[in-house]
Amino acid sequence: MAEATASLSSAAQPAAPSFGDRMFQALTSRLVIIVPYLWLLLFFLIPFVIVFRISLSQTAIAMPPYTPVFSLQDGLAAFFDQLRELNFDNYVWLTEDPLYFNAYVSSVWIAAVSTFFALLVGYPVAYGMARAPAAWRPTLLMLVILPFWTSFLIRVYAWMGILKPEGLLNQLLLSLNVIDTPLLIMNTHTAIFIGIVYSYLPFMILPLYSALEKMDYSLIEAAQDLGCTPISAFWKITFPLSLPGVIAGCMLVFIPAVGEFVIPDLLGGSQTLMIGKTLWNEFFANRDWPVSSAVAVILLLLLIVPIMIFQFAQARAQEQGR
Amino acid sequence: MSTWTRFNIVSVVLGFAFLYLPIVLLIIYSFNDSKLVTVWGGFSTRWYGELFRNQGLMDAAWVTLRVGFISATVATVLGTLAALALTRYTRFRGRVLFSGMVFAPLVMPEVITGLSLLLLFVAVGLDRGFFTVTLAHITFTMCFVAVVVQARLMSFDRSLEEAAMDLGAPPVKTFFQVTLPVILPAIISGWMLAFTLSLDDLVIASFASGPGATTLPMKIYSQVRLGVTPEINAACTLMIAVVAAGVLIASVVNKRREVQRQRDEQAALRLG
Amino acid sequence: MKSLGSIRRSFAPWNDPSAKPYISFENVTKVFGDFTAVDNLTLHIYEREFFALLGGSGSGKSTLLRMLAGFDEPTKGRILLDGQDLRGIPPYKRPLNMMFQSYALFPHMTVESNIGFGLKQEGVPKAEIEARVAEMLKLVKLEQFGKRKPHQLSGGQRQRVALARAVAKRPKVLLLDEPLGALDKKLREETQFELMDLQQSLGLTFVIVTHDQEEAMTMADRIAILDKGNLMQVATPAEIYEAPASRFVANFVGNVNMFEGTVAAREAATARITGASGAQILVENAGDAAAGNTVAFAVRPEKIKVSSKRPEGTVNAMQGEVYDLAYLGDMTVYHVRLDDGQVVKASALNSSRVTDDPLTWNDRAWISFQPDAGVVLTR
Repeated sequence: MAEATASLSSAAQPAAPSFGDRMFQALTSRLVIIVPYLWLLLFFLIPFVIVFRISLSQTAIAMPPYTPVFSLQDGLAAFFDQLRELNFDNYVWLTEDPLYFNAYVSSVWIAAVSTFFALLVGYPVAYGMARAPAAWRPTLLMLVILPFWTSFLIRVYAWMGILKPEGLLNQLLLSLNVIDTPLLIMNTHTAIFIGIVYSYLPFMILPLYSALEKMDYSLIEAAQDLGCTPISAFWKITFPLSLPGVIAGCMLVFIPAVGEFVIPDLLGGSQTLMIGKTLWNEFFANRDWPVSSAVAVILLLLLIVPIMIFQFAQARAQEQGR
Repeated sequence: MSTWTRFNIVSVVLGFAFLYLPIVLLIIYSFNDSKLVTVWGGFSTRWYGELFRNQGLMDAAWVTLRVGFISATVATVLGTLAALALTRYTRFRGRVLFSGMVFAPLVMPEVITGLSLLLLFVAVGLDRGFFTVTLAHITFTMCFVAVVVQARLMSFDRSLEEAAMDLGAPPVKTFFQVTLPVILPAIISGWMLAFTLSLDDLVIASFASGPGATTLPMKIYSQVRLGVTPEINAACTLMIAVVAAGVLIASVVNKRREVQRQRDEQAALRLG
Repeated sequence: MKSLGSIRRSFAPWNDPSAKPYISFENVTKVFGDFTAVDNLTLHIYEREFFALLGGSGSGKSTLLRMLAGFDEPTKGRILLDGQDLRGIPPYKRPLNMMFQSYALFPHMTVESNIGFGLKQEGVPKAEIEARVAEMLKLVKLEQFGKRKPHQLSGGQRQRVALARAVAKRPKVLLLDEPLGALDKKLREETQFELMDLQQSLGLTFVIVTHDQEEAMTMADRIAILDKGNLMQVATPAEIYEAPASRFVANFVGNVNMFEGTVAAREAATARITGASGAQILVENAGDAAAGNTVAFAVRPEKIKVSSKRPEGTVNAMQGEVYDLAYLGDMTVYHVRLDDGQVVKASALNSSRVTDDPLTWNDRAWISFQPDAGVVLTR
C-alpha cells in the first residue's frame, strides 16, 4: 500500500507554480488593462483636458493660434497663480453673442423635431417587422442594418440630388401636376429634418424592434379578450411595454443629431445655424481655436443630460431582462 | 399565426422604400450619360472611366484604404483587450473611468472628438498627416470593437476555460487555444465594423488630417459642397457596391453555416 | 444477519479505522463577500469510492467541488489529496479532472481533439494521443463520431464525450458536476448504470455533485447531505434512508411521517412516546433520546399499513379517515387524517391484482406500524 501511495503521488506531481510563471501571469493580466487604458487616457481623456484648457485661453494670431494658459514648465506655483486669472472671456463672449445662443437653441430644436419624426416613421416599420413571419425577420433586420454600412456622407449626398429645385422630387411632382412651381426644400430646415430622419432611422428602428419583438402577442389577445379595441390595446399594452425601446431609440437619434455637422452643412445651406457647423466654421474658417473649444465644452455639457437618460434606461432594461 | 396585417405590410414596405430609394436613385444616375446630373441622357459608363482617370480621387481612395486597414487592425487588438478588461476584471482601480472612456466615444459628437484630437496633436507637436488620421481612427473605432467583443464575452461560457485549465492548460495557453478561437467571429465582425467606420469618417479625419493625407470622404466632401456631379455619383456607387458585396458575402456565408449547423443538429437528434 | 437496506456491502473503507482517507476537507470554510458558502466543514473521501454531494441550491455542494478542482481556494481550512495540501496549486496542475454540468466541450474542436486536449497539454507524443483517444471513443461507444464537432452530436453523445475527455488523462479522481442534469429521464437512468460500471472498471474515485436524491441513491457508495454550507450527514444510501440523523435529512430524502412527542419512558433501545393528543406509541431505535426529551419518530410511508379494521397483534395503531388516495399502478398512496388532525402518508405495494380490503375516500381506516419501523430523531 505504501508503494502504491508513493507511485500515485509521483505520477501526480502537483507542484506550486514557479515564480516566473506567476510573474508572467500577473504581467499579462495587467497588460490587458493597461494597454487600452493608457491609449484611451492619452487619446481620449487628455485631449478633453486640452480642449477645456484652450477654451480658457486668449485668441492670438499665431500658430497655434492661442496663448497657452498653463504650461508644464512653470510648475505648480505658476499654475495656481494663473488659476486666479483664468480667462472666461470666451464663455462670456458665447453668452453675449446671440449667434451662439441661437445656434444651441436651434440645434436642440432641430434634433428634437427630427427625433419626433424619426419615431413617427420608425415605430410602424419596427412594429411591422416585429409582426412579420419569424422566418423573414432576420432578413428584414439585415435590410435595416445594411444602409448603416454604406457611407453616411453618400447617404446625405444622395438627398442633394433629390431635394434640389431642379432635383428628382420636383421633377416627379411637376410631371404629375401636383405642383406648378418647384418646391424649395433644399437649404431649409425641412431638408435637415429629412436628412436626419433618413440617416438615423436605423438607430430608431433597431431598439424599437428588439423591444417589440420580445413582446408576447398573447398580451394583445388577452387585452382584446377583456374588451379592448385594437387601438386602445395598442396604447394601453403595446406602447407602454415598448417604452424602453422608444427611449433608447430617441436618445440614439437625438444625441448625435445635436452635434451633427454633415447634414446641416450639405442640406441646410448657409442660413442654417447648428452648433456642430458653428464649431467647424469657428475652427476652420475663423481659426478661432479658443472659441471653438468653448463651443465644444458647452455642447458636451448640453449632451450630458440625454446621455445620462440613455444610460439609465439601458441599465434598467438590462435589469428587467434578467 | 396571421398577425401580419395590411397596415404592418404597408408600413414595412414604405419604410424600406424610404431607406433604399435615395441610394437606388444615386446608383441609377451614376450611369447617366448627361452632364446635367438630374436630366436623364441615356445609359453610359463614361463617368466610371472619368473616375479612374481622376488621380486625386484615386490617391484619396488609396490613402483611405491604408488608413482603414491599419487602424481597424490596431483598433481590433486594443478593443479586444478593452473588452477582456471590462468583462474579466470586475475590480481594478479606475474601472469606472475606464468603462466611461470606452463607452463615451460611441455617443460623442464627432466634431468634439475631432477637435480634441487635433488639439492634442498640436500640443505635442505631431505633424498632421497619415499617421495622425490613423491614430484618431484607432481611438474612436476601438470603442466600437470593444462593444461588439464585449457582447460576445458576456455570453461566453466560462466553464470552457475552466475545462481547459482542468485538463492542464495554463491561463495563457487557455486563452489562445480556447477563448480566442471561440470569440473569433465577434473579433472579425469588430474588425469589419472598424474598417467601415474608418472608410466612412469625414469629420474626425478632417480635423486630424493634414496636407498629403486626404481621405476619400474628405475629397468627396470638398467636391460635393460645390454640387452634385456624375463623377461623384459613380464614386459613391462603387463604394456602395464594395460594401454591399462584402456584407452580402458575409451574410450568405453565415447563413449557409447556420443552415448546415441546424441540419447537423437535427441529424444528431435523430441519431441520438 | 440483519442489515439496513437490501444490499450487503463488501466495500466499506470508511468503517475500517486503519484506512487512510484519499481526499480530506479539514475545517474548510469558504466565504464569498458576506455569504458563507461552506461553513467549517470536515469530510473524508476514500480511494475508489463513488461519493455524492447532495443538496439544494446554495447548499455549498458545487463550491466544495470547485475548491477541490482548484477554481476556488478555501477561505479557511485545508484540502488534502493523498496526504498533500492542495493550497496554491492551480487547477492545471492538479491530478484530478472534472466533467462540467454544461459539458464545456470546445465548440471549435472535433470530438477527437476535445478528448485529446488534456493529453496534448501534457506533451504526450502524437501517436500515443491517437491511441488513447481511440480507446476512449471505444469506451464511450462513439467510435464513428471522432471527426464530428460537438454541435453535430445529441445531448447524450455530448455527455459521453465530456466523460471521455475527463477520463482520458487517467486522473486519480473524477469530479462530476450534475453530470446527468441535461439529459431526459430515460437516458438519465441508463447513464447512471453506465457511470457506475465505468467507475468500477477504471477503478477511479468519483465525486459527484447532484441535487437529485434518486441519482445519488442509485450511484453512490456514500452520500454527504449538505444544507447552507453545513454537513448534515455522511452515510450510505440505506443509512440515509432508513436511519436519517435529523429531521432535515429525513425530510430531504424521500417521504416521511413524523410523530412528534415527548419521551415518557426509556428502557434499553425501547421508548414510549406520548404525543400532543395523549396517544402513546412504543418504538425501538430510540438512540440517545432520554426521558423527557422532545423527539420525533420518523416512519417512511411504505412501512405504514392501512386497513379498515384494527390489525391484530400491533402495538402502534391509530384511527382516522381516508382523506386522499392515489392509485399509481405499482402501488397505492393513502393520505389518512388521524383523529388528532395529523395527516399520515402510507403507501401499499399492489403485489396482487385483487384486494379484499378496498378503501375509498372518507372511509374510516386504521394505520399501524411496528416499533422498529422508524427511528427516533432528537435533532
